[in-house]
Amino acid sequence: MATITMREAISQAIWEEMESDPNIFIMGEEVGVWGGTYAVTKGFYDHFGPKRVKDTPIAEAVIVGSAIGAALTGLRPIAELMTINFAFSAMEHIVNEAAKLRYMFGGQFTLPVVIRTVSGGGRQLGATHSQTPDVIFAHFPGLKVVAPGTPEDAKGLLKSAIRSDDPVMFIEHATLYQVRGEVPEDDYTIPLGTSNIYREGSDVTIITYSKMLEISSKASQQLEEEGIDVEIIDLRSLRPLDMEPVIKSFKKTNRAVIVEEGWRSYGVGSEVTTRIVESAFDYIDAPIKRVAQKEVPLPYNRNLEQSALPQVEDVIKAVKEVL
Amino acid sequence: MADIVIMPKLGFDMAEGTLVRWVIQEGEPVSKGVILAEIETDKATVEVESHYEGYLYQHLVPVGEIVPINTPIAIITEEDEEVDVDQLLGEEISQETSAKSKDKKTSLEKPSEITTGKVIKDKDERLPGDVKASPLARRISHEMGIDLNQVTGTGMGGRITKKDVQTFITSIAGSRSMEVEKTGETKPILPATRMMPTETKVIPLNRLRAAIGKRMTEAKGQIPHFYITHLYKMDKLFDARKQLNDMLPDEEKTSVNDYIVKAVAIALREYPNLNASIENNNIIHHGDINIGIAVAVEGGLLTVVCQNADLKSIHQIGIETREMVNRAREGKVRPNDIEGSTFTVSNMGMYDVENFIAIINPPEAAILAVGSAREVPVINGGKITSGLQMKATISVDHRVSDGAEAARFLQSLAGYLENPFRLFL
Repeated sequence: MATITMREAISQAIWEEMESDPNIFIMGEEVGVWGGTYAVTKGFYDHFGPKRVKDTPIAEAVIVGSAIGAALTGLRPIAELMTINFAFSAMEHIVNEAAKLRYMFGGQFTLPVVIRTVSGGGRQLGATHSQTPDVIFAHFPGLKVVAPGTPEDAKGLLKSAIRSDDPVMFIEHATLYQVRGEVPEDDYTIPLGTSNIYREGSDVTIITYSKMLEISSKASQQLEEEGIDVEIIDLRSLRPLDMEPVIKSFKKTNRAVIVEEGWRSYGVGSEVTTRIVESAFDYIDAPIKRVAQKEVPLPYNRNLEQSALPQVEDVIKAVKEVL
Repeated sequence: MADIVIMPKLGFDMAEGTLVRWVIQEGEPVSKGVILAEIETDKATVEVESHYEGYLYQHLVPVGEIVPINTPIAIITEEDEEVDVDQLLGEEISQETSAKSKDKKTSLEKPSEITTGKVIKDKDERLPGDVKASPLARRISHEMGIDLNQVTGTGMGGRITKKDVQTFITSIAGSRSMEVEKTGETKPILPATRMMPTETKVIPLNRLRAAIGKRMTEAKGQIPHFYITHLYKMDKLFDARKQLNDMLPDEEKTSVNDYIVKAVAIALREYPNLNASIENNNIIHHGDINIGIAVAVEGGLLTVVCQNADLKSIHQIGIETREMVNRAREGKVRPNDIEGSTFTVSNMGMYDVENFIAIINPPEAAILAVGSAREVPVINGGKITSGLQMKATISVDHRVSDGAEAARFLQSLAGYLENPFRLFL
């Protein structure tokens, strides 16, 4: 096992897949000569050349649209959108084309497109560049939506996404690129749509993903000092949503807190809570709590931004409220 | 917004109740579910829970007063809210009378169901089972046969959680011990010697004593009783009970009485005349076999009712009976616990009684008085051996049944008590 950053893990996944399959290419704003806004594709242009590493205009609809076209002709594009906030410009292509073409053409085509993008706040980028609208994409059948919280998961899930014949939104988090973690050295993959028990515990289940896994993990360490034993389930994929480990865990702890960075309304918490109620009603021993972003456009001011985003203390408070 | 608390109807035939104690005093805060007052009905002392939140503005009924059901007994308001009591009650009464007059025309509702708009609204918002409990606590309590009304909630807002149910189970496991099980010798307790004569005291009859007196006088005076005693061999039943109890946790161990209740219930299926009531010129054969079990409580006697005992396992009968007996002894009995019996068993086995005769509990047609099971010499194949024997005497209403039928019933009962595995079928 090597300890590497999330950035390195993502970079390695793309690199290794591109080495093994010449049909894979990357495209996006500044992915080539510059090496990527978050430096994920540094060195790719020199190694793979301009044909497989394409800088594009600042036109997200073009990026996603042409990636879809390339995929229909048999290539396997990895399109990068600088942030998920810009994906709205490409919404038509993502939800009306990528998510539906295979279905609309009766399975004559597959659509092996990976849309890599960056979600999340906390970097003082203002209301329009700091959103966490992951659930919007998870709403559409036909799309797979993946959002890893650790380097190991990022590498294994991205490889599966690249090998998938269906379109995948691969959502990275803006403040996780420097996070380090152990990653296996061999060529491994992690299946899309599998939730993972990140931490075992017996008192309460936290269900979370992406950046909030880090926040929940810190909260669980502090709670442990107070004798509260938290189990954490990392969803890893929002669609398909793997509820099996969640339900199993809930039947053990009977209490749940769902932690997400996006807004509370119509969010991951709403969906997971409902599914718990549907599958494990008789196991509920306390109201299920949601920790989420305050329902405001995310402020630019650092203090205000932090107070709008879910913090470790918010998670601790919610856990204590359900106990 | 002021809310009016009314005298609740706690039982089918309750028409009035005595307010025996105000638990919440005027000016004190009230939350939903707290006990406001205790009222005494003919049968038991029951607690009145608040459906409202706020402050107790005024008691409308002093302690000791008897009031009909649906009478306003207290007003609950928000903090510092001033209320014109007469106006408030005036509204209440006018609403009620207008509802009543409307009722006369349309006859849509029974008068006893007339309540104010407020109360109806409150009914819509009622919690399932009138308690605030988590779905998990509800499931566990249902599986364990526990009444959530008896459990104290420590979760947020007084919600009953799994932990509370488990704590409750542990607590009743500790306190439960049915005296009926004791058949051996009891150590005599010497009363403290008193050299002075005790003072003569006058004790007024409480409602329970008065009700027992009235009912028993009527029963003994009006019902032509006859009595038959049968001797039962109890060795096999005690063996079977020991085998079953070895498999059960302490708090669920069965008592001899549970077997008798079950046996009586099954035997009654063949003798509908003994599971009956007489009314005008008709004998009513009851479809349900609900066995009343006489329980000594402070200052009197109650019968708790094991509903449909013929359809229940001995284990279940045991668990339910214990709960009802505990509630009865704690003065927290609920109307369902004591209503609807169709035949009564009075068991004095724990008091080392050879045999006794009971008075029929009207409107039932018969009652079985059960003595202690005792080790006695038994002649078996010309030799004297020891055996466990128990006498039981049935008292029967001669207007409904005759000696031969009652005797056959006692024989049939022997078929179950002396072959106890039939009870598990």
